[in-house]
Amino acid sequence: MRTNPFSKKHYATTNIYRPQPQDHQQPEEERPNVPQGIMTKCPKCGKVIYSKILLKNHKRCDECGFHFKVSANERFAMILDDGEWQEFDSQMTTRDPLNFPGYGDKLVKTQTLTGLVDGVVTGKGKISGLPVMLAVMDAAFFMGSMGSAIGEKLARLFERATKERLPIIIFTASGGARMQEGIFSLMQMAKVSAAAAKHSEAGLLYITVLTDPTTGGVTASFAMLGDIIIAEPDALIGFAGPRVIAQTIGQKLPEGFQKAEFLLEHGFVDRIVPRDQLKQTLGTLIKVHSEWRQS
Amino acid sequence: MSLTPWEKVKLARMPVRPTGLDYIDRIFDNFLELHGDRYFGDDHAIVGGVAFLGDIPITVIAQQKGRNTKENIDRNFSMPHPEGYRKALRLMKQAEKFHRPIVCFIDTPGAFCGLGAEERGQGEAIASNLAEMMLLKTPVISFVISEGGSGGALALGVADKVYMLEHSIYAILSPEGFASILYKDSTKAEQAAIDMKLTAQDLLQFGIIDGIIPEPKGGAHNDYDQMAVNIKAVLTEDLQLMLQMDTEVLLDKRYQKFRKM
Repeated sequence: MRTNPFSKKHYATTNIYRPQPQDHQQPEEERPNVPQGIMTKCPKCGKVIYSKILLKNHKRCDECGFHFKVSANERFAMILDDGEWQEFDSQMTTRDPLNFPGYGDKLVKTQTLTGLVDGVVTGKGKISGLPVMLAVMDAAFFMGSMGSAIGEKLARLFERATKERLPIIIFTASGGARMQEGIFSLMQMAKVSAAAAKHSEAGLLYITVLTDPTTGGVTASFAMLGDIIIAEPDALIGFAGPRVIAQTIGQKLPEGFQKAEFLLEHGFVDRIVPRDQLKQTLGTLIKVHSEWRQS
Repeated sequence: MSLTPWEKVKLARMPVRPTGLDYIDRIFDNFLELHGDRYFGDDHAIVGGVAFLGDIPITVIAQQKGRNTKENIDRNFSMPHPEGYRKALRLMKQAEKFHRPIVCFIDTPGAFCGLGAEERGQGEAIASNLAEMMLLKTPVISFVISEGGSGGALALGVADKVYMLEHSIYAILSPEGFASILYKDSTKAEQAAIDMKLTAQDLLQFGIIDGIIPEPKGGAHNDYDQMAVNIKAVLTEDLQLMLQMDTEVLLDKRYQKFRKM
């Protein structure tokens, strides 16, 4: 008799030893007594690193090169000369334009939790002695989703840069649109792109640094408008999220799809720059574009 | 006639609802379709070309849905790939060069999400349209005729005037997608449609759009000709004003319009 190929149980069951969670746990009294936050474990290679040293290494694992997430304030300190800058619009937040159920409460909670007012910090400082406008998105705030506060702060920064004839650098990190702001979130794409276009028309330099993750409306607007587009190694960059695409096409995505290296290969990124070389690279680019012909 | 937001979503998606080409046929004369983005291919989800509105030469671009499954597969359900947006931009730059006004018909659930679209830079294609449209030295008028979804719709929507048909919708994404992200339950789309505020009436109140074009009784599908007449009336009036406007004033107004949002 032939077996029915559609009947279930066409698999073998073996008794492989699988480590149980408690196997790794040491008895309470034998655990080393390390206060929270002093050490950080690399999620890629597992190396345990002194948090202070990790910060000194630009939050990059010295063993495997893994790039840890960086907060907006940490990034400002890493990139600008002497870690000094003048912040703009630091108290600006959204006005909840749709009056969306529960959004107001969630905003306050997130602000308390992260110490941020909204998802981007903007300011002015110096790199290699040259003045520059800088914006850094922080993925810790609503996953870096773009709402009207982010759009307004960035548009203002572009206008300020155009007026003062300065280059602008934006570090992007975004899960996409701030859903709770609906159509207003969408319109920020047009608003920021418009301000970027005016800055570009004035002959000024705009650099984007794409960090993990940069997706959705941010990718489909100012992230891709830089004169020069830099990406951090291994960063996820795309329009649609990988989960949405996998769902649409009904199959697994190829290895490395939508990673920084994939975008470099397909011609959408100028350079992938590891974090320890970032400040130096940005400094060189700004020097190359300084207005020497007019002086 | 007062419809709920969810009823409007369903009406906007009806297969019998007039599409971009239906309006192009009725509003313009001598439409000549022009194909291709000059880089990769010709995206059938977007049609574009030149035509006359009365005696005014114009460039018209439309996201195009199919009437049945076969047509929809050819049109990719009006979900453009990057080459669609690049074709649109090519035709818009051409219009600018020859001082022709641009008319866009927006009708898409969203830009296509797939492997090829990502490989060929969907994000870059949309971003370029947003920035370039802001600087076009010629009038641009966009109409959301049925569904305006996400950046895929906005990529034809950076215009001097943006109108919506009475029962059309315009949103950050589909109510189903919205519900599955925010409510973790895609069956709550009806509630999402309310919370998202995606109707033409909501958007006019927010100042996101410039006006609403009334639809024939029961919806645009009941009288294609009348709907086309209604659109044409607004278009003709606006273009007459805009063509007299100084380009610098036009561009400044376009910038300020989006800057305020």
